[in-house]
Amino acid sequence: MSDPDVPPSALSGDVTLPAVLRDVEPVRSVRTPIRLEYSVTAGSAAEAYLRAYAEKRIVGHRSPVDGAVFIPPRGVDPRYGQETAEEVELAHTGHVGSFCVTHLPIPGRSDLVPPYVSAWIHLDGSAIGFLGLVAGCANEDVRIGMRVRAVWKPDGELGPTSESILHWEPTGEPDVPFERAGNRAWRAGGPDGRDGRQERGDA
Amino acid sequence: MRDVAVVATAQHQVAALTGTTEVQLMVPLLNAVRDAIGLTQADIGFTCSGSSDFLAGQAFSFVHTLDAVGSVPPISESHVEMDGAFALYEAWVKIQTGAADTALVYGYGKSSPGSLRDILALQLDPYHVAPLWPTADAVAALQARLLLESGVSGAGELAEIAVRSMRHAVGSPHAVRSSADVTVADVLAEAPVADPLRPSDIAAEADGGCAVVLAAGDLARGLCERPAWIRGIDHRIDAHGLGVRDLTRSPSAAAAAVRAGAGDDRLDFAELHGLYTSQEAILVRELDLDDDLLVNPSGGALAGNTTMAAGLMRIAEAAARISAGEGDRALAHATSGPCLQQNLVCVLEGE
Repeated sequence: MSDPDVPPSALSGDVTLPAVLRDVEPVRSVRTPIRLEYSVTAGSAAEAYLRAYAEKRIVGHRSPVDGAVFIPPRGVDPRYGQETAEEVELAHTGHVGSFCVTHLPIPGRSDLVPPYVSAWIHLDGSAIGFLGLVAGCANEDVRIGMRVRAVWKPDGELGPTSESILHWEPTGEPDVPFERAGNRAWRAGGPDGRDGRQERGDA
Repeated sequence: MRDVAVVATAQHQVAALTGTTEVQLMVPLLNAVRDAIGLTQADIGFTCSGSSDFLAGQAFSFVHTLDAVGSVPPISESHVEMDGAFALYEAWVKIQTGAADTALVYGYGKSSPGSLRDILALQLDPYHVAPLWPTADAVAALQARLLLESGVSGAGELAEIAVRSMRHAVGSPHAVRSSADVTVADVLAEAPVADPLRPSDIAAEADGGCAVVLAAGDLARGLCERPAWIRGIDHRIDAHGLGVRDLTRSPSAAAAAVRAGAGDDRLDFAELHGLYTSQEAILVRELDLDDDLLVNPSGGALAGNTTMAAGLMRIAEAAARISAGEGDRALAHATSGPCLQQNLVCVLEGE
């Protein structure tokens, strides 16, 4: 990390000034702090999604085009630019579509000791994955296709935030075969078929 | 040069969008312009948008808004951090090159979550001016003061422009400020916001979006009963530093109008993107508009100013009037930057 109080190396060496500027103090840096405040609207889809977490529920939206379920819901099927409004309550179980072992801490998460596993979680019934942490097993044991379930915060600590799910832990069920895990099982569709269905036959 | 026309327009503008994201704003507008001429996104050769992440308070927010367009199969797309009118210029160039025959252009802005007058300070010289955080109204008032003190315009002329905007805006579905009975005396009685600018001199801030479809040649004729042909389009820029400009003038606006051929034939009306009555007064002179020309039949940007879309809305308003047979030849203007720094002029004609 660069120290904001130390000027860049290009400015820390000697500066050669034209004659008219001799004997004046050189300007080595200018600070112009910028602060802007916003009251951002989450929008109806994201708001419902976040509020559901406080009730220990996970919700997505179903596409009116082909029935594909998206999480998080954005109020739109981004493939076709069509509004989505049908809310779908999703299972708290799914599988790991892909993952990485992360060696950097998350600001504000002192409880999370690196290295930890960030994963693309594909919930049963959802067409696409979303980001989560995998814990409850050795990092070495995490694999694509591994079945997982949500581990929620205690009921009294739930809030309108995805942080209400602490992490995802293995269920011990048989894996989803690698070739059908994650987005491999889902066709984003095209001009002809508009086919966004899942092929793996999840519950 | 290829003949290119505006064949469909859609817009939505309100004082403030609450509970609606930019994506949810644009989905119905984009569908409306495509549906109006029976095209799907797969039929669109090029898509180009104008917006600002500073309004959204979110980096790369314009990429997020592509959710509203639909990009399966993948689309050819571009974005400008300028008003959507300048995105339309890029799309027009793209069609001229032959790389596309149709283009979807949109611009949108939702400034209500932040403080627009402060955000606009960040478009000024970042070392000497922006750190002083002059509000947009204060910078415009410097221009208005020069205009009044130099005797080019009088306070009464500016008040008349405000009154004309509010009266024309009555019945305009997208205007957010209108009045059938406001008078010059009413406007002159208002307490100044940034002296000499009064509330009615300042464009009414709005949230909204606008989408248009461009098409070339016979394709345009097949899509739309009366396409609004772009007979000339040009944009020019003045120096960024306010101190090196004569702020009572806008040479870039005058140059753009000449290059676009605005004066080559009689105009039926003009839609101007003046953000202050003082800017509109300057534009009428620089664009060399006749005294009796119908200016801003929609109320103009003064009646509703969606930052990043108000210029494209001027083109959409002009095109829609021509397509409806309410005029044969019009000038549409868009601006960007402080004190009319950048100006685009688009001349539209019906056949």
